[in-house]
Amino acid sequence: MKLKNIMSKVALGLGACAMAVSVQVKAEDTIKVGVLHSLSGTMAISETTLKDTVLMMIDEQNAAGGLLGKKLEPVVVDPASNWPLFAEKTRELISKNGVDVIFGCWTSVSRKSALPVLEELNGLMFYPVQYEGEESSKNVFYTGAAPNQQAIPAVDYLAEELEVERWVLAGTDYVYPRTTNKILEAYLKSKGVAAEDIMINYTPFGHADWQGIVSDIKKFGSAGKKTAVVSTVNGDANVPFYKELGNQGISAEDIPVVAFSVGEEELSGFDTAPLVGHLAAWNYFQSAESDANDEFIAKWKSFIKDDKRVTNDPMEATYVGFKAWAKAVEKAGSTDVDKVRSAMYGIEVANLTGGVAKVLPNHHFTKPVLIGEIQADGQFEIVSQTEEVAGDAWTDHLEESAKIISDWQDPKVNCGNYNTETKACSGQNF
Amino acid sequence: MSTTNPHKLRNAVLFLVGAILLMFMAEVFSADSASSDTSVIKPLLAPNSSDPSQPDTFNSIDGSIDSIAQKLASAKLKKIPSVVDELINNATTKEQENLALAYITALLEGELYSRRSNSQLVLAKVTQEKSFDLYNIKDTQLIESDVNKKSIKKIRSSNKVRKFLRTSIAKIQLSSADVNQRIKSVTNLMSNVDAQALMLLEEARLKETNIKVKNKLDDAIALGNLASNNELDVITALEHLEGNLEPQVRNAITKLLNQDTPKSIESLAIKTFDSIEKKVKFNGYIERIFFGLSLGSILLLVAAGLAITFGVMGVINMAHGELIMIGAYTTYVVQLLMPNYIEYSLLVALPAAFIVSGLFGIGIERGVIQFLKGRPLETLLATFGISLVLQQLVRTIFSPLNRQVVSPEFMSGALQINPVLSLTYNRIYILVFALVVFFLLQLLMRKTSLGLNVRAVSQNRNMARAMGIRSEWVDAMTFGLGSGIAGLAGVALTQITNVGPNLGQSYIIDSFMVVVFGGVGNLWGTLVGAFTVGALNKFLEPVTGTVLATIIVLVLIILFIQRRPRGLFPQKGRAADS
Repeated sequence: MKLKNIMSKVALGLGACAMAVSVQVKAEDTIKVGVLHSLSGTMAISETTLKDTVLMMIDEQNAAGGLLGKKLEPVVVDPASNWPLFAEKTRELISKNGVDVIFGCWTSVSRKSALPVLEELNGLMFYPVQYEGEESSKNVFYTGAAPNQQAIPAVDYLAEELEVERWVLAGTDYVYPRTTNKILEAYLKSKGVAAEDIMINYTPFGHADWQGIVSDIKKFGSAGKKTAVVSTVNGDANVPFYKELGNQGISAEDIPVVAFSVGEEELSGFDTAPLVGHLAAWNYFQSAESDANDEFIAKWKSFIKDDKRVTNDPMEATYVGFKAWAKAVEKAGSTDVDKVRSAMYGIEVANLTGGVAKVLPNHHFTKPVLIGEIQADGQFEIVSQTEEVAGDAWTDHLEESAKIISDWQDPKVNCGNYNTETKACSGQNF
Repeated sequence: MSTTNPHKLRNAVLFLVGAILLMFMAEVFSADSASSDTSVIKPLLAPNSSDPSQPDTFNSIDGSIDSIAQKLASAKLKKIPSVVDELINNATTKEQENLALAYITALLEGELYSRRSNSQLVLAKVTQEKSFDLYNIKDTQLIESDVNKKSIKKIRSSNKVRKFLRTSIAKIQLSSADVNQRIKSVTNLMSNVDAQALMLLEEARLKETNIKVKNKLDDAIALGNLASNNELDVITALEHLEGNLEPQVRNAITKLLNQDTPKSIESLAIKTFDSIEKKVKFNGYIERIFFGLSLGSILLLVAAGLAITFGVMGVINMAHGELIMIGAYTTYVVQLLMPNYIEYSLLVALPAAFIVSGLFGIGIERGVIQFLKGRPLETLLATFGISLVLQQLVRTIFSPLNRQVVSPEFMSGALQINPVLSLTYNRIYILVFALVVFFLLQLLMRKTSLGLNVRAVSQNRNMARAMGIRSEWVDAMTFGLGSGIAGLAGVALTQITNVGPNLGQSYIIDSFMVVVFGGVGNLWGTLVGAFTVGALNKFLEPVTGTVLATIIVLVLIILFIQRRPRGLFPQKGRAADS
């Protein structure tokens, strides 16, 4: 009896050892890719798509033989739209799962939450969404648009092409719209727009009663000058907003609205009839004409097994970020964060709009700016496309950040917030 | 509790299950008929599918217009206006004009495509199956049906181009035989009266016979003359335009004032401008009042049901918002079931939402609330739990994404009273609807035996039972009535906001606020409370902004409640004291 017991214990122990060894072998054979996107909660609608995009890219890379002769292995966690949880899950991914890179976050607040952990553990994250700038961390690559790659060119388009002279800056009441509008206001004023030609308006999340505001916009727009609305209104508050515009008879030809948060994915839930002709500014539209894009859309539809699914800008940012990372790993011959980081600078990958995205020393990318008009089928008609614009972490249009630059390549600077006047980095880590 | 009739309970549960099944089936059906959503939207998108302005002559083939139009197939966006100008200038005969018009209209409507095979320009219309039917531009004869999107290329246009096209069409149609068409043309031309347009307008004015069009033409000509070099012209124009509310007029006068103008003109311009401004301001007040009434009517609708369940019965029902949401989803389901009759779907949705929400309400009352009588804290927690369950139920059945409820034609657009005052139809209908619901409810409570029973039970339950009133039954019916009205509010809300699982949450606070402010147990109080809060909010909004206005209203109500805890119209008498 006793012997049998011991025997079985030994067998168990041996088995466990064997398993541990096999796990270790497996771990050495793969490169782990962390996916930090909310799969539940309010942000799940947007972020689930990006998780699927990363998985698709990993599949594709593995089909092409992986990286450095190893397969890629996704590690998916769910921070559940809970901002502090992003920090915990980042720690879990790096310390416990030992991932080599993380693709993740959507809202700025989730990124800010994960940042200290990334800095502490020297992780590497690719952040794929357009944001308000004023940040450049050593451990994050910002593959979405900085303000000078979305907001400023959109305003330029309105001013030059549509001869807009009066501006309504309408936004939801939180950090991204407030920062963006601060930058835009300073920019417009520097362009000679008078203070009385700018109207700023904030509404709460999910605002539904737009009648008064739309009527104010209408009045503001009948003062002898062409007027446009620059909208950082977020989420589903856009539906009643556009509906009210339509009902009060404001067409895109009278007062165009250019939105920074309305893309193909958001429009797929709308009745787009009242929106036709209004504008959006992104770095990518599904309707962009390039072979790479056609291939990407086809691949996406077959991967997700739904012919009605659309592609959008943050997906392209994820695509570009992933390709750049893969190239950097090949170049560095290693997945070590510091080696990959130094290999990243100057890397060029083809984007989906027929151009090239180049990784800059300030951890941003070069991106073309596209202006699209909403069509009845929920897609965008591209009416303007610029050359690739270099992303600027610190905007030149606010006095306090105009003098700050970010450069992680130049050994003389080597920080994300170098003050060109005092010739020093601020003590801040990011 | 022992008096509960098990049969009734079972029936209520059965109803509940039935209702859920019904909703579930509707969702499944919608998934089956993949084209249902397109058939809902498309007719609304292309209302002008049979455009009367399409040419009907196809005996002579005119090469020149067609060959100029062919340039559109390869023209860059910036070149399109010059091609269109060329089209118009080369159209000398009526036939040519019609052909040019056909091209321009097709481009404007976004239906002009070129075939990739031979770059032939065609009129393409989307079919139900998302493929295209191709028509000849000239005679609108069907060339080919069921063409894949890949084999044709859309001729692009932008806002700027479309605006240009609209004025181009207006210039041609200024001599149209149809009066309305002429008025439309003049209105379109008013957005930019340049020298060429002014000439056309003056020509048209000489030929015009219809008085309405004449007046409109006079306005447009005066508008054009404001930019004239001749002082006399400008003065006559200014005098003519006094009190004219067209936004373009105000634009033009502001422009005039910004330029260096002689003193005589400037003072006259200021006078004209002031006369316009005064009118605009007056209309602005009327508009504010309407906005206040409109917000008030929505508050009244969402609070009316609560005024019954909370006000009369004294049940704190935190799931009230979710009953509104169920009403909204019922509207969505009804639209799914009758995709070809969107115009009437709301009329069907009204009784349907009343019944579905009402049944849910009865279910909640029989299943939970009746066991918690006289324990408000537990009721609050239990109904809050129910609200979460209902939200999750909807998420599971319909997905967490917002659902799209189509507005019928008669609900969209606005009643244009004058150029600066327009009242949107959806708000007008909701205002009327809210008042109708309120007065029907009032009638029901005052004039029917159910109303009498409800009042009796709420005033003194034991005495009412002693008089032979089945208090349990009355409770269930009353709660069902309040819930049903919440369902009606849901139908109305589909027309102004998003239909999603969180719909109810955004209205629960408002409705409690209105009922408490108006005075618990008093329907009239709810009416007055709703309109007061609505008007206050809308008059504060332009001064303080949306966020601050809401806060101020809340603070004012808190202060008011501290002064008068029983609200605007407190209940009097013995019943109120207990």
